[in-house]
Amino acid sequence: MNFITIDKKDWAPGVDQSRNTYRVYGPVEDENGCQIKPLAPDMQPKMDAPVTVMSAKSVLFPQTEKILTATLDESKEDHHVMKPVETDDMPRVVLGIRPYDAKAVHLVKLNFDNPDYKDPYWCAAYDATTFVGLGVTRPGPCDFSTAVGSGPFSEEGLDVLMADMDDKYLAKILTEKGEKWAAACGFDTAADPKESQVLFDVLRKEAEKQIQADVATDKLAQKTILDLYDAPFWDEVAFSCINCGTCTYVCPTCWCFDIQDETRHNTAVRFRNWDTCMSSLFTHHASGHNPRGTKVQRVRQRFMHKLKYFLDKYDQGIMCVGCGRCVASCPVNIDIREVCNRMNDYETTK
Amino acid sequence: MENPYLPYPVRIDDIEVATEDKSLKTFTFVFVNPEDEEKFAYKAGQFAELSIPGVGEIPIGIASSPVEKGFVKFTVFRTGVVTTHLHNMKKGDLMGIRGPLGNWYPWDKLENKNVVIIGGGFAFTTLRSSIVYMLDPANRKKFKNIDVVYGARSPGMLLYREELFDWEKRDDINMHITVDGTDDPDWKYHTGFVPQVVEDNAPVADEDTYAIVCGPPIMIKFTQPALTKLGYQPHQIIMSLENRMKCGIGMCGRCNIGKELVCKDGPVFTLEEINQTPKEY
Ligand SMILES: Cc1cc2nc3c(=O)[nH]c(=O)nc-3n(C[C@H](O)[C@H](O)[C@H](O)COP(=O)(O)OP(=O)(O)OC[C@H]3O[C@@H](n4cnc5c(N)ncnc54)[C@H](O)[C@@H]3O)c2cc1C
Ligand code: SF4
Ligand code: SF4
Ligand code: FES
Repeated sequence: MNFITIDKKDWAPGVDQSRNTYRVYGPVEDENGCQIKPLAPDMQPKMDAPVTVMSAKSVLFPQTEKILTATLDESKEDHHVMKPVETDDMPRVVLGIRPYDAKAVHLVKLNFDNPDYKDPYWCAAYDATTFVGLGVTRPGPCDFSTAVGSGPFSEEGLDVLMADMDDKYLAKILTEKGEKWAAACGFDTAADPKESQVLFDVLRKEAEKQIQADVATDKLAQKTILDLYDAPFWDEVAFSCINCGTCTYVCPTCWCFDIQDETRHNTAVRFRNWDTCMSSLFTHHASGHNPRGTKVQRVRQRFMHKLKYFLDKYDQGIMCVGCGRCVASCPVNIDIREVCNRMNDYETTK
Repeated sequence: MENPYLPYPVRIDDIEVATEDKSLKTFTFVFVNPEDEEKFAYKAGQFAELSIPGVGEIPIGIASSPVEKGFVKFTVFRTGVVTTHLHNMKKGDLMGIRGPLGNWYPWDKLENKNVVIIGGGFAFTTLRSSIVYMLDPANRKKFKNIDVVYGARSPGMLLYREELFDWEKRDDINMHITVDGTDDPDWKYHTGFVPQVVEDNAPVADEDTYAIVCGPPIMIKFTQPALTKLGYQPHQIIMSLENRMKCGIGMCGRCNIGKELVCKDGPVFTLEEINQTPKEY
């Protein structure tokens, strides 16, 4: 792996140069706080932004996405025949993504790109995307990434990992995609690999020290799904939840969606939209029967999916990268760290 | 890259009102592109997404059988937006079918076994597919005794009536047709709920007997103890479940029961498998 240095005064010109090849995404500040968004030609990413309110998941999985379309005009030969909308294959780069969000992409990939089916929209976007991460030197108070297999300088899912060194960035090129991006920006000042790695390690250790990650997941795998499902604490966990769904929308690893059709004039479009297991309609049958009709069942579903079903299904750890967004955004302070510890410590008396 | 969301275009070739109260209709579809029919190769027990552009998509069990060529059939209960729209469509209209989806009844395992089929209400659709498959001359000798317990609310609500009475006349299948109740003095079959008819009429289990159960959750719930009384072990009870679905391919996250996805790992599970998951169906 090679390291390069990028002088901060070369950064903006480099980013601009890369726009010939890439659509550029990065953190921007707006009235809703900091978000990862596509950057207009005159915009630069706000690299020193704090945790973005929403994760980067919408880059590959938009909140609303057209998937199919058809004409309903019966005078056309192909009326009522659904066709895929063109996938956007233009290369794109996400600048300043935090390492835990890149790791989340890796977890979500298990769902959208599996041996049986590939989601063509997600996979095309994934193939087209380069992730340029920025190591976290000042972790926020809700960050517990180190406890769940990620961390402030975790490399998983990234193509480039950068460290902020005041007047310059030190960048570790991790993949071929990352190499291409650096070339497109004209960033080519080599740095000594050994020295650079030492610097990275120092920064990583410093940052890790600031994370109070008192979350244990080591005993979850041994438990059975039914024991955890029947555990006595779910009523208490769910008590204050208002089923607003915020925790699922802000989460970089939540991927549930709905599919809906819309018609305008003679054009039908099939969309998919983010959905949430916190909504009672999520599982409502046409007959009126609802297997998760109560709030406590839905809250339990969210935690069981993240902390047990996913773990058992894929054997890739839990479905949480410790970004802490759900902790920070929940209006009633439901805290996944506490729930995780409760599940991990739970012993049946049977 | 194959697009698993893309339906095959189909044309409605026939619509048959299936029950007295007109709430169920059986739709026969033909593929607009004949090569799509080959790609839609299914097994009895699978389902598909019926897709009406501009209206929506719904999961429906395949009622025709793999041994019936040139068309596919679905029997649909009118209940909400898409099903009502479908009920209002007419012969010749174009729409889409996506699939086949999900797993199927374990036909390899059922070879050389006695098979008891238990169905209630309109969930009988995939069981029709199975019966037609097993009775096909090329397949009948692969199975030993075949018993069918099928119940509906009233005689007028029985699906596929002509076929039922044809099967009734055959001597290579034992039919136990029941209705919850009837005023018809000439009704010569059973009256009573499916679980009771199972308990009174289904064969006692030996290790070579399997039961396939498909019906509303309440029927499934009460049929299990009846089968247990008859000696069926959890691995001999095969059930087809229904959860609310969207994608049908294991991606939208809607239909899970524990770590199983009903659309992909199911809809067919053994009771042994179900006993290890939360009861969220
Ligand atoms: C594997 C499988 C096989 C099936 N096989 C068959 C079959 O063979 N035959 C058959 O008839 N059915 C079958 N079904 C059931 C069938 O899928 C449903 O009846 C169908 O999806 C209903 O669709 P709909 O659009 O008409 O109802 P919807 O319009 O979706 O409405 C159904 C009900 O859901 C609720 N609802 C949904 N969305 C909303 C909302 N946005 N706001 C408020 N309430 C809402 C309401 O209570 C509404 O009345 C099967 C289902 C599965 C999963
Ligand atoms: S954010 Fe909090 S209140 Fe809202 S659904 Fe999630 S846990 Fe419940
Ligand atoms: S569950 Fe909460 S902490 Fe974990 S990845 Fe999702 S939003 Fe972040
Ligand atoms: S219907 Fe989408 S996961 Fe099962």
